[in-house]
Amino acid sequence: MGQVLESSRRDFLKGYVAGAVLARSTGVLSPFFASQEKSRVVIGRDALLRGSGSGVDSDRLWKLLDKSMQSVYGTDSPLSAWKKVVRPGEVVGLKVNGLSGVGMTTSVLLVESICERLREAGIAQKDIVIWDRLNTDLESAGFRINSRPDRIRAIGNDTLGYEDELAIYGSVGSRLAKTLTQVCDAVINLPVLKDHGIAGVTIALKNMFGAIHNPNKYHINVGDPYIADVNMLPPIRQKVRLHICDATTAQYEGGPSFKPQWTWPFNGLLVSTDPVALDSVGWQILEKKRAEKGVESLQALGRAPHYIATAADPQHRLGTTEPDRIQLDL
Amino acid sequence: MLKELTAPRDVPRAVPRERFDVQEVADALPTRSQLSGLTGMAAADQDRRTFLKLASLPCISACAACCLGGLPGLALGQPAVSDDDSRFIVEAQFYEKLPFKKIRCKLCPRECVIDDRERSYCGVRENRGGTYYTLVHSRVCAAHIDPIEKKPFFHFHPGTSAFSIATAGCNVNCKMCQNWDISQSRPEQVRSTYLPPKDLANIVQKNRCPTIAYTYSEPVVFYEYMRDAADAGHALGIKSVVVSGGFIQQDPLKKLCPGVDAIKVDLKAFSEKFYKEVVHGEIKPVLDALVTMRKLGMWNEIVYLVIPTLNDTDAEFRALAQWIKANLGVDVPLHFSRFHPEYLLKNLPPTPIETLERAKAIADSEGLHYVYLGNIPGHPAENTYCPKCRHLVIGRIGFTVTETHIHKGKCEYCQQVIPGVWT
Repeated sequence: MGQVLESSRRDFLKGYVAGAVLARSTGVLSPFFASQEKSRVVIGRDALLRGSGSGVDSDRLWKLLDKSMQSVYGTDSPLSAWKKVVRPGEVVGLKVNGLSGVGMTTSVLLVESICERLREAGIAQKDIVIWDRLNTDLESAGFRINSRPDRIRAIGNDTLGYEDELAIYGSVGSRLAKTLTQVCDAVINLPVLKDHGIAGVTIALKNMFGAIHNPNKYHINVGDPYIADVNMLPPIRQKVRLHICDATTAQYEGGPSFKPQWTWPFNGLLVSTDPVALDSVGWQILEKKRAEKGVESLQALGRAPHYIATAADPQHRLGTTEPDRIQLDL
Repeated sequence: MLKELTAPRDVPRAVPRERFDVQEVADALPTRSQLSGLTGMAAADQDRRTFLKLASLPCISACAACCLGGLPGLALGQPAVSDDDSRFIVEAQFYEKLPFKKIRCKLCPRECVIDDRERSYCGVRENRGGTYYTLVHSRVCAAHIDPIEKKPFFHFHPGTSAFSIATAGCNVNCKMCQNWDISQSRPEQVRSTYLPPKDLANIVQKNRCPTIAYTYSEPVVFYEYMRDAADAGHALGIKSVVVSGGFIQQDPLKKLCPGVDAIKVDLKAFSEKFYKEVVHGEIKPVLDALVTMRKLGMWNEIVYLVIPTLNDTDAEFRALAQWIKANLGVDVPLHFSRFHPEYLLKNLPPTPIETLERAKAIADSEGLHYVYLGNIPGHPAENTYCPKCRHLVIGRIGFTVTETHIHKGKCEYCQQVIPGVWT
C-alpha cells in the first residue's frame, strides 16, 4: 500500500471531524442514531496511487478499495465485506457521477474494480448496472453505453426514462428514474469529491440528484432542504446501501464542471454507509484545501452546504454530523 | 407521458377538457412501411429503438391533427422524424458571460448563474462552453385549439379560437401547477415536435384561428421562439397572446411587448410569503412587469387562483384590488379562479364558491370594473356587464360566448366604452 497517510491519525481526526461540527445547524442529535453504533467513515489514501505518472495505478486503486471496504465492514477479506453489501441474485446499480466529463468523474478504473468484486460476491454480470442521468454523461466519463441484458449494463436515465407518478417528500416532488425503481434492487453510490458553485459541495447526498427528473428545481437555497429531501424518497432511502466517494482527484473550487486549476490529487477514497457523515467529512476536506490555497470558505461565500445538517435532523435521520458519532478510520 | 402530451390545462380538472385517448394516439402511429416512406430510410436498417423513436414523433403530429377540431386534411408541416436535437437549439438572447465559462441568465429575475454543461432553473437553457442556449426553439410539446376564453381572455376577440402551444419548462415551481408534467420537465423528457415559426403560422392560418396563444407551461422560458412565432404570425395577420406568470426581467419584457397583442398574467397571490413558499419566486418583479406592460399600452388581464388557506383572506383580496386600481387602473379585468387539488397541493380542498364570491365583492367594492369568477361554469360572474348601465354586454357559459352586445368597442345600450381588443 505504501505511504498512506500524510498526517497522523490524531491530526486528521482533529481537523476533519471537529470541522464537521460546523455542519450542524440544529444541534439536535438524531434520535435515530442515539441508540446506534457510530457511523464509520473510512478515508483510504495512497500517496503512491499514481506511481510516477499522472494516471491512477489500477492495482493500487484496487488494493485501496479492498482495504477501505474491509475497514468499513470490519472484515478480514474484501470478499466478506462485499458479501455484507449484496446478495447473489440481486441487481446492483452503480450510481456514478459523469457530469463533468473526463477529469472529475467517477473513474472507470474504480468502477471496474467494484464490478469485479461484485462478481466475486456472487452478482452476475447481467445484474450489474452502471447508471447516471444521461447516456452522454456516461460516455463522456469513459463508459461505453450498453443496454444488452446479458452483460454489465451502462445506461443513462434517458434509456429507460422516469416513472409517471411523482415521488414526494417534504419540499420535493420528482419522478424517479426507472433504472432505480424498476431495475435495481440495491444501489452503490459512487460520487466524486468536489465543490459546487450553487450547492456548496457535491458528494454523496447530492449525487442522488441524478435519480430525479427535475434536479434543476432543487438547487435553490444552496440545496437546503431539497438535497436531504431527495434522499428521503423511499426507493433511494431503501436501496442505497453504500457510498464510495472517488477522491482520487478532488476539486475545491469552480465546480461542478471540471476546472483543472482547482483540482488536486487527493489519492483517496471516502467510504461509508452513512452519506451524511461522509459528506460532513468530505466538506471539511474541501474547506481545508480552500484555506490552504487562500480561497474563502463556503460559509463566507454564502454557500455552506447546510443540507448536510438537514439530512441529519429528526425529520430525515439519514445519518449523523455529530463528531462523537463519526468514527473516522484512516 | 404520451397521454399528457396533449392534455395541457388552462383550467383545473373540474372544467371539462378535451383530451386525447391513449389508444387513439397509438392507432395514429404510422406503420413501419409508412414511416420508411416518410423518411426515405430503409426500414430494415432501423433497430427497434430507432424505429420507436422515429415513430413516436409523427404520432405527435397525428395527435395534434386529431385534436385540432378533427379537421380533415390538416397537416402539421413535415413530421418531425429526425433524431437531431440541434434544430431546437438557438443561442439565448439575454445573458451575460462570466469568467471561467460561466454565464448569468438575464431573462428572468432569478438570474441563474450557470456553469459549463449545466442547466438553468427552468431546465430548458444550457451553458455549453460559455455560450448560453435555449433548447426549445420550435420544440412544441403541446398544441391545441382552445376558446380564447379558456386562457382566459374575456376582453380579447371573444368567441374566437386561439391556437395554443407550449414547450417544456417553467421558471417557477408552483405547488398547484396544473400542467406540471410539461412545465416541470426538461425538453428531452417530453415528446415534442418540430414546429418552426413559419410552419406554425401557416397551420394557424389553415385552421382559421385569429390568434396564437403561448400558454400551458411558461412562455418566458421559450422567449426566443415566442418572439419569432409572433413575428411570423403577424406577417399573416395572426395575433399573439401570452399567458404568463409575469416573472420576467424588464429588458426582455420591453422588447417582447411591441411584438405581441395581449398578455394575461397569473398573479399567484398578493404576498411575498406565498411567492417564496408556494411559487418559488418573487412577487415584486411580477408587479413591476404588470406596470411596465400597462405603460407600454399592452392589453392585460389578470388571473388570481384562490387557494383555500393560502391566499384567500379578505385583506389580501382588498390589497390586491387596491394595488390594481392604483397602478393599472380599474379597467383591467381580474379573474378570480377556483382552485382544484393538483400536483403538490392535493391536500387542500377546492375553493368554496362563497370564497370566490367574497373576493369578487371586495374587488367590486374597491371600484374595479371587470371582476370575473372562473372555473365555475354557469356562474353569473362569468358575464361582462357594462360598468355604467349594468346591462349584460357579453354572456358566457363556461368558455362559450352566448351573446354579445358590444359594438365598435362600446356598450350597445349606453355607448359606454368597454375596454379591450375587439377588432
